[in-house]
Amino acid sequence: MTPRSQRKSPLLALLSFGFVALWVLIASVPFLWTLWGSFKVQGDFFSKADWTNALYGVRTLVETGGTFTGNGYEGAWIEQEFWRATLNTAIVVFFTVTISLTLGTLGGYALARSGYRYAFWLLMIALVFRAMPHITLVSGYLLPFFQWNIWGHLSTTIIVLVAINQPFTLWMLHSFFLNIPKDMDESAMVDGCTRFQAFRHVIIPVMWPGVITTGLFSFLLAYNDFAVTAMLLSQDNQTMVPKIASFLGTTQVEGNVMYAVAAVVSATAPLFVLVMVFQRQIVSGLTAGAVKG
Amino acid sequence: MPHKTFLWFILPSLAAMVLFIALPIFSVFVQSLYVEHDQVLITTENCGPFGCKQETTVDVEATQILKDQAPLGKFNGFQTYSNRSHLAFAELTQAWSTATNARDFFGQILNLPFYKALAFTLTYTFVVTPFVIVIGLGIALGVNALPAKIKGPTIFVSLLPMIVTPLIGSLILFWMIDAQGILGATLQRLFNDNALSLKASPSLTWVMLFVYGVWHSAPFSFIVFYAGLQSVPSETLEAAMIDGASRWQRVRYVVIPYLTPLVTFITLMQLMDNFRVFEPIVGFSASANATSLSWIIFNDLRGQDSQLFGSAAATSMLTILGVAILLTPVLIRTWREFNSKTV
Repeated sequence: MTPRSQRKSPLLALLSFGFVALWVLIASVPFLWTLWGSFKVQGDFFSKADWTNALYGVRTLVETGGTFTGNGYEGAWIEQEFWRATLNTAIVVFFTVTISLTLGTLGGYALARSGYRYAFWLLMIALVFRAMPHITLVSGYLLPFFQWNIWGHLSTTIIVLVAINQPFTLWMLHSFFLNIPKDMDESAMVDGCTRFQAFRHVIIPVMWPGVITTGLFSFLLAYNDFAVTAMLLSQDNQTMVPKIASFLGTTQVEGNVMYAVAAVVSATAPLFVLVMVFQRQIVSGLTAGAVKG
Repeated sequence: MPHKTFLWFILPSLAAMVLFIALPIFSVFVQSLYVEHDQVLITTENCGPFGCKQETTVDVEATQILKDQAPLGKFNGFQTYSNRSHLAFAELTQAWSTATNARDFFGQILNLPFYKALAFTLTYTFVVTPFVIVIGLGIALGVNALPAKIKGPTIFVSLLPMIVTPLIGSLILFWMIDAQGILGATLQRLFNDNALSLKASPSLTWVMLFVYGVWHSAPFSFIVFYAGLQSVPSETLEAAMIDGASRWQRVRYVVIPYLTPLVTFITLMQLMDNFRVFEPIVGFSASANATSLSWIIFNDLRGQDSQLFGSAAATSMLTILGVAILLTPVLIRTWREFNSKTV
């Protein structure tokens, strides 16, 4: 039963329900529409004559003999070698998340346990670094990377993404470690552990919820990045997002927009699964910084 | 924690940040003082039966040698900052003296690439941020009143626009509002105007990008507000009701004060994120009508035959300056809070 204080007049209730319903439509329909349309031909997905063509697949039936077609997916994955980009994304994302979490837990723990003023200043500098538009940093990387001949490799991009990720990871893990009572590791140190042993045996076993949440956001940053991956990777090493961007240049000319549509749907699918599985952690992660001030 | 232990714990993370964030900023600054080499030209005189004529050709080899010797280019001081593509002082002065009225003056300024991008970036930042906060709050209040059973799925759906890759999200919307996409074609039919295209008109392009920005970021403020609403104690609300507060008064005097710190947090995050707006311009192919600071840097770096490192670096420095200005109030506030806590 809802408390009396939260009960509303019927009109207001209807209005607020209507607003939420409208929002849910706005948030979900573009995705459903694109998912459905990705199994049609271009003539249906971009149908000027009648938008219901995209629902029933009128042109698709004429052109392919069925109301659904996998042509877009076939073109993107096989002809345009989207699988290669997917593999690259998997490598980049996996290593970025692992390395940033390793560095971030150590640093975040130190920041949370140090009472000195410089820890605060480090956090402030990290905040300024977090606000840097990524493309401004990229313009600083390019010339040195060309000089040292490390431009275009996956490993370079991974290191860059780890570094760009650090300010955020530090902030988030720092606030998680603040929530773990100081007494836990300090009593371990009284019992004769060194600081690192205390961290290893006392803190690591209890830190996983925070690390998983932070890992999710590192994942999103690495997966969703366009500025860094588009500028720092060579053609062969492209990840999914720059690959999709390069589809736009080439396929629009050849009339294969449906390849790009199929690629977009393929790249969105893992994110859907992620939200479905980790919804609670994402919500708690978004609010972690806010509620604590 | 002793200084030495602290140093060892933070070292890897700090090294990464110094090497790949602090040093690049410095390297950007150095780059911005240089400009690409001119091409080495050779003038040769060809004498034929009909007299001599001078021919100028590019000495590719010599140009390449010059590039290899000094990859940064030649020293240019702060001239890149003041040229036409950046702060454009000469053009500004000229516009000031020739312009007949304010409208004309701003019209001339907004034709300069840097000011055009700056105008869009600032407008985007300061239009999208308030909308995100208000709409997010509305959704949070609405979802909070929903029956518990459908709250979960609603939150799931609401998260999608935020979690999706910005470039992909903008493409998905772009295909829908394309002249042949579902929304674009429907609008044309509604207004009975076959030439109506959201892409062609500058103001409609801007609106389209704002709508995308709100769509993308509203879930963030929704989630933060929603979590904040859970922390409003129901006893206080009950007490306010017993004291005769109307529903509006309860929201105004009980709920809103609980949410004010969250507004600051969301504003800060949104200002930072919106100021670097970039992907939607690529996704919506909107660069003809709307460019942002990040986009002009990207455009300089992507140049087909020659990448304009000096120009990109100068814009980057100006962008960093903008970020610094944007963040100053926040930093001052945090610094004061920190000092008052420790004293």
